[in-house]
Amino acid sequence: MNGADPIPPPGSFSTRRAFIRRGLEAGAAIAATGGLAALLWNRHPPGTLGRGGPASSLPDFSIRGDGGKMAIVTGADRVRTLRRGLDLLGGIGRFISRGDRVLVKVNAAFATPAILSATTHPDVAAELVRLCRGAGASAVVVTDNPINDPESCFALSGIGAAVAAAGGTVAMPRADDFTPGTLPGGRLIRDWPLLQGPFRGVTKLIGVAPVKDHARAGASMTIKNWYGLLGGRRNQFHQDINGIIVELAQLVRPTFVVLDGTMSMMTNGPTGGSLADLKPTHTLIVGTDPVAADAFGATLLGRTHRDLPYLGRAAGLGCGTTDFDALKPARDSVS
Amino acid sequence: MKITTARRLAQIFFLATFLWLCLVATVGTGWTQWRGWPIAWFLQLDPLAAIGTALTTHSLHPGLAWALATIVLTIVFGRVFCGFVCPFGAIHQFVGWLGRRVRRPKEQIAANAYRPAQAVKFYILIALLGAAAFSTANSFVGRLHVGLLDPISLMHRSFNLIVLPAGDLVSGRWFPGGRFSSGAALIGGLFIAFILLNLLVPRFYCRFLCPLGALLAVLARRTLWSIGKTGRKCSECALCDVDCEGACNPMGPIRVGECLMCMNCLDTCPSAEPLAYLKRPSQGGEVTAHGVTRRGFLVAAVGGLSVVPLARLGGARTAWSPALVRPPGSVAEEEFLARCLKCCECVRVCPTNVLQPATFEHGWEALWTPVLNNRIGTSGCQLNCIACGQACPTGAIRPLSLDEKQGRGDFGAAGPVRIGLAGVDRGRCLPWAMDRPCIVCEENCPVTPKAITVSEIEQTVRDGVLEIAAVDGPTLRIRGAKLTPGRFASGDYSCRLAGEPGGRAIVANAEDTITVDAAAAWTEPPAPGTRVEVQIRLQRPVVDPALCIGCGVCEHECPMNGLRAIRITADNESRDPRHSVLLAAHAAGPSLPSTP
Repeated sequence: MNGADPIPPPGSFSTRRAFIRRGLEAGAAIAATGGLAALLWNRHPPGTLGRGGPASSLPDFSIRGDGGKMAIVTGADRVRTLRRGLDLLGGIGRFISRGDRVLVKVNAAFATPAILSATTHPDVAAELVRLCRGAGASAVVVTDNPINDPESCFALSGIGAAVAAAGGTVAMPRADDFTPGTLPGGRLIRDWPLLQGPFRGVTKLIGVAPVKDHARAGASMTIKNWYGLLGGRRNQFHQDINGIIVELAQLVRPTFVVLDGTMSMMTNGPTGGSLADLKPTHTLIVGTDPVAADAFGATLLGRTHRDLPYLGRAAGLGCGTTDFDALKPARDSVS
Repeated sequence: MKITTARRLAQIFFLATFLWLCLVATVGTGWTQWRGWPIAWFLQLDPLAAIGTALTTHSLHPGLAWALATIVLTIVFGRVFCGFVCPFGAIHQFVGWLGRRVRRPKEQIAANAYRPAQAVKFYILIALLGAAAFSTANSFVGRLHVGLLDPISLMHRSFNLIVLPAGDLVSGRWFPGGRFSSGAALIGGLFIAFILLNLLVPRFYCRFLCPLGALLAVLARRTLWSIGKTGRKCSECALCDVDCEGACNPMGPIRVGECLMCMNCLDTCPSAEPLAYLKRPSQGGEVTAHGVTRRGFLVAAVGGLSVVPLARLGGARTAWSPALVRPPGSVAEEEFLARCLKCCECVRVCPTNVLQPATFEHGWEALWTPVLNNRIGTSGCQLNCIACGQACPTGAIRPLSLDEKQGRGDFGAAGPVRIGLAGVDRGRCLPWAMDRPCIVCEENCPVTPKAITVSEIEQTVRDGVLEIAAVDGPTLRIRGAKLTPGRFASGDYSCRLAGEPGGRAIVANAEDTITVDAAAAWTEPPAPGTRVEVQIRLQRPVVDPALCIGCGVCEHECPMNGLRAIRITADNESRDPRHSVLLAAHAAGPSLPSTP
């Protein structure tokens, strides 16, 4: 039809035909509107938002039957103590196999230089990367969700450059890396944003942390280090610091952890900022039981596991033992 | 090559260079990062920045001497900067060209006719320089407001705060969390409006508003060469007006100051004989006046000059805004306002995005100057970062060394640079006001020793006075209690009998029982009917003003997400002794262990 229709005489056939056609057009418009409404219909409007589907949890990366192994090596050279510690546990090959995709969770919380020991030392992070690559790992990804500006943290701590030079990659936390996770039976970690992006395809998990004083938690070591996997408004968890660390101990089951007590931050933690805050305790722990590793680490700070309530509670929930001596840790000294 | 082709290539080159220098203005050593790129080069080339700061500070900041090149270029050759170099001009010209394509030549000629309103830009220039020049013996300091409309400052502001962050937001390429800019709607809205106005009148901004263009027009008054008529036969076809960017009337008596040196007239003239870039004067006559009336000049000058005394009358010197927390190295506020170009280079390079353009909230004089907002960005001001001062082209933020910023080495006696002071809002702080443990602020305080310490107390919890029904080793059975199971087991709770000096740590509780640490159990069980108090151990943050540098990491991390329970104000900032809080004798704080 071109242009305006001439007005048909009333009652003519064309009027009826026009009426039917307009009726059909109206029907189609109504159907389209209804269909669009049905398509956009929100079954979960704000206010009735239920728990979504079962939120994901992190897989268990521990090696079956390999629990409760621990090595304590004294010495000032982190690379040598780390290598010796792993040797005492049977070598890196015991944990990392050809083709493994390894995630290393460092503590890169603060934008401070490595010498201040507020972050995982780049030497340790890089050596872990090198060892894993040497054991045939197809990829080694290093990550953290730091407190200070992420780029600055990885740059200033030296971790970024060291890891890249050693053949690993740094996974900066991006907004879409955080997806809700739930600890089965957990009270705090329920639909909480977790840094799960870097976990894609990962088969082995290593945690590596320095020994640090912490006014609220008593100390920050390998288990507290998992705090960096939390996203969202995680600062709220300070209201129940022991509770959240216990849940992190339950949520994260690493292949092994490295606790670096070469320089322990005795005061002013976890930020430090001065060499005066540090003490050369010259000890590095490698272990498959984070609770035991931290219980030993507490002694480097002149504390015991009793000063850190989360350790006892985590042990009570089957995450490990505070009685590290019962594990008969292999000890050695390299100097 | 035609001269207009050369001009287009130059415009593309300088716009691309400008974009590149904006893009790389991020902290880092990669070649796509700041490294050593001269990120403020266009601002340094800008005579309005140089003359403006020279008027306010009576000195020329190093780097701004580049402006001499532009001044010499203009005096000798005319407004080549506008036609060939200015990146904002290039955008205007391109958009104007887009708008022109739908117009007939006759309409184009009409759009490119000189309008008396082109004198407005001179009034703007006079007012801005008037405000800058106002400084008197009794310590009135001129205000540098040229950056509000200076095209280079405006371009940097718009690209640093709007265009690139928008790109970041979409691509996630440079900043994983995105970049945010306070008051983006105004900055971006003006930028878009100025660009769209080209569809109405080509080069709208350049012709009517641009104070830099006005300054260059004044300088171009006595150029040696200009576009003009050769005296050879001209049919007065007016085709030279079709693409004339400056609306300078090349066919008749040319307005030398308005000519943007676009050279389009040489291109569109059909015979290529009557028009040329030639030794002055033009055989077609010249108009060198700018259309500025004596009355208009006086009004603009008085308007500009009045900015300074009016600002003083506003009381800002005594009732200075405590919300105006300036980046480290900033000079005292009066001098800051005399130097800051509002280019927002510092805002762009700030790695955490904590540095933001001030909005009208911070007083109209501070508009688009840098201010810290600890609720935006990835963290507060980073202890080991000095990027903003290195980026500032005019010395409003001094380029600090890390030693000076942190008060080390030669600067040990002066102490660290303080940009403000944290204050705990005890009515909002969880452990102070709501009996909940927290001290995230203390955890994250980056100075050593920490400026935030804790004061510890044991506080009886609400409904925490209970009556013992029975005792079984470390476990107390409570009469008539309905406790939330596990509530007191977090490690923060203890219980003590009335009159006992200290509490015993609670390790578990059920609905009607409380269990204390076995090692701390009673040797003599308390008698049934005895009262027991459940207490929470609270660590309450306390700020030491002798140590706090005002970095704002605490405010950024405070879990009181809306109005933070610990907030930074500009109190005690180093840059102005009148803002100090402490007795000078005590300000240095306790004798600190020297840090290497």
